[in-house]
Amino acid sequence: MKEKNSYREKLLTVFITFFKIGLFTFGGGYAMIPLIEYETVERHHWIESKDILDIFAIAEATPGVIAVNTATFVGYKVAGFWGSLLATLGVVIPSFTIISIIALFFQEFQSLEWVGYAFKGVRAGVIVLILGAVVKMGKKGEYTPLTALILILAFGLASFTDINVIYLLLGGAVTGLVYQVWLNRKQADEKNDAVKK
Amino acid sequence: MIYLELFITFFKIGLFTIGGGYAMIPLIQQEVVAHGWLTLLELTDFIAVAESTPGPFAVNIATFVGMEMGGLLGALVTTMAVVLPSFIIILFIAKAFTNFQQNKWVQGTLYGMRPVVIGLIAAAVFLLMSSGFISKGVGIYSVDDFFAALKYQEIIIFLIGCFVYFRFKLHPIKLILVSAGLGMLFFGVLPMFY
Repeated sequence: MKEKNSYREKLLTVFITFFKIGLFTFGGGYAMIPLIEYETVERHHWIESKDILDIFAIAEATPGVIAVNTATFVGYKVAGFWGSLLATLGVVIPSFTIISIIALFFQEFQSLEWVGYAFKGVRAGVIVLILGAVVKMGKKGEYTPLTALILILAFGLASFTDINVIYLLLGGAVTGLVYQVWLNRKQADEKNDAVKK
Repeated sequence: MIYLELFITFFKIGLFTIGGGYAMIPLIQQEVVAHGWLTLLELTDFIAVAESTPGPFAVNIATFVGMEMGGLLGALVTTMAVVLPSFIIILFIAKAFTNFQQNKWVQGTLYGMRPVVIGLIAAAVFLLMSSGFISKGVGIYSVDDFFAALKYQEIIIFLIGCFVYFRFKLHPIKLILVSAGLGMLFFGVLPMFY
């Protein structure tokens, strides 16, 4: 009985957490990353800090919205199917509600001057948040000349060309795989050498 | 049957937009404008509104178009449709990932993808800064032009934000609220005095 209750509580926490994430991320996409990182890694310890980057990588490389994908993934890790369902609902419901209301008063909303001022500020604030996420995740990365090169290339191409990010992720994946093949070969050679000796 | 058409269209958008964010706009534009659900001008207006409402853009536009075309039921249909493909796909991946995470080929793939993700987020900062801090459509031919094109209010808000966020370890949501307040101060209150 107690276990059942704690599972329900967990589901509720998952829902509330992602509701909050859905409610407070403006500008979409990357703006959600800092908040997701903070809530799931640092606050609730659902995800280990070394795993969060893998989850973002998977969320980006699969179809759909990165924030929703991350919510589904984290929800599943925390509490199985129901966790993933509640996390996804949680992240979508705030924007669903707000947009439904705005659709009714679209003309009026556009002319709300002070809302516009507030959001100009929020847009500047969001840059701070994403910068923080880069710093935080950048610190945790393992750096070899190869990963550093991939990082710089990805940054440069994404900043200065119109290339679709999926190709960058694919490029990284293939490079990682080739590197793994090379490592395997090297290990096998070393083993052979050892046997010969 | 408008609901079915809405469902299929947004399911397609959810299924075929990889990479998220503004990468989705061309496909959304194509679909939504081709169906005559929104004009290009309405879409542009809505993109501006979506920037100042919470939530992912693709979900926002789905809800908006659904609401315009089929009321609350329409909005429910489109929102579910846009989320459903990725929900199913991620569910399978999450299930498999727990089993295969330690597999050396999976690890090899992720080894190459992790730095790409960091690079992409860094690029997002760079792009947001260049569009957020420098006025668009102003010719920059000299150092003076450059300084004239800078959006000082935004830069000051950014710097204050950096200070309170990194120095005092402010919660991200509190930072959003602080920067909203600063926005009203710099764009609403202060211009009244000069």
